[in-house]
Amino acid sequence: MSDDPGQPLSLPLGVVSPTSSFTSVLSSQGLLPSWDLGDGTIDAAEATTVLSLRYTEGVVMIGDRQATAGNIVAHRRVQKVYPADSFSAVAISGTAGIAIELTRLFQTELEHYEKLEGSRLSLEGKSNYLARMVRQQLPLAMQGLVVVPIFAGYDTDEGVGRLYSFDVVGGRYEEQDFAATGSGSMEAASHLRANFAEGLDEEGALDLGIRALVAAAEEDTATGGPDLRRGIYPTVVTMTADGFAEIDEERVAGLSAAALEGAR
Amino acid sequence: MSVPFYVPPEQLMKDRAEYARKGIARGRSIMALEYENGVLLMGENTSGALFKISEIYDRVAFAGVGKYNEFEALRVAGIRHADVKGYSYARSDVTAKSLANAYSQTLGHIFTQDVKPYEVEILVVEVGMTTEETRLFHLTYDGTLFDERRFAVIGGLGEELQEPLERDYAEGMSLSDAVALCARLFAQAENKSIGPQDWEAAILDRTAGRRMFRRLGADDFVAAAL
Repeated sequence: MSDDPGQPLSLPLGVVSPTSSFTSVLSSQGLLPSWDLGDGTIDAAEATTVLSLRYTEGVVMIGDRQATAGNIVAHRRVQKVYPADSFSAVAISGTAGIAIELTRLFQTELEHYEKLEGSRLSLEGKSNYLARMVRQQLPLAMQGLVVVPIFAGYDTDEGVGRLYSFDVVGGRYEEQDFAATGSGSMEAASHLRANFAEGLDEEGALDLGIRALVAAAEEDTATGGPDLRRGIYPTVVTMTADGFAEIDEERVAGLSAAALEGAR
Repeated sequence: MSVPFYVPPEQLMKDRAEYARKGIARGRSIMALEYENGVLLMGENTSGALFKISEIYDRVAFAGVGKYNEFEALRVAGIRHADVKGYSYARSDVTAKSLANAYSQTLGHIFTQDVKPYEVEILVVEVGMTTEETRLFHLTYDGTLFDERRFAVIGGLGEELQEPLERDYAEGMSLSDAVALCARLFAQAENKSIGPQDWEAAILDRTAGRRMFRRLGADDFVAAAL
């Protein structure tokens, strides 16, 4: 990154074309976040397991709260599931610092588009844009700073919940029923695969999702399951025809306690 | 070698101002006024696709009259300014005051330096948690900035609307009362009846959560008996 912190206070009248993205506006003012690594690798905090699954009314997305650096718990209360706009959300895994910044940029980009154009991007449009952002991180991924999100949302045109997974090269894959990413994703996905059923209601989907996260935390030391002692619970959100909603902590605490009981 | 004619600066500014005023006089007016939960922005606009009132940021809205391409360029620049500022610092750091100052500088520069001045008049509105924190900034073609209270009018009918608005405005009006008042004053000033489909209106509602901007639709106009 250059030494100049950029010019966030100028009025960018006509410096870039009227239809251009927020990213190109930032770039024209030297404000675009970038991480130029020299040789060698660093041990940055990693966000671990996140997952998403479809149910009758939409999609649910769940993330644990732990960030791990090597064998150290770096942060216990990290947020990994973020609203992207009022009908979609992003869950992140991989290098936490980069992923959180990319999410902020993605959120601003979607709102920027909505305000300029007067209409929201389609769900597919949003997922393609996110894929491009992940693809641009490939050089960093080669140096070990990997960012792999899940994107899910309610498709207001089609009236269904949809979810997308990604890989390090920016490949975007629409998933039918569920997706999981991060260090505990193998375990979470196999739990989901074994127990997913068509026609889950909200309660059933939340229960299954939290159980899958608990299963991941059992087998993967980097994943932080629900921590009843400290009162740290997974972030759980839903996207339905009514939009994005976060499930309140009390309800998550109840479901978490039941899931931990079942995992004994 | 040709020597350009000497034009005194007073004359130059006068000509430019007259040119800009003529352009704005053709533009339909927009009114902004505080109601109990925030600020209403309303004007006549027969197009359902091209808007004059727009969201800038969580608490900030924009309205422009005059030449479409010019106020649209200002609107886009305003959204960029706000988004860059909110992204670089924090969402709560985006204020109408800083944006209005940026607009003022830009319009002032264009008025004196460019080939032609912008034929626009704009409003930058920020809804605060109280009336005291609510801001209504009114900017003219030459970058002059007015800090208005309670209500503001821009556009060709500015003077015709300002006086009856001062007379009939009441603090703490409900939204439907405010919409009805706007509609009545516009109809009086233009001396014609305006159908519900020909209004463009939006509110900044301080009770609405993070993004306070909302366009009014048919339901709101029915509630105001338009």
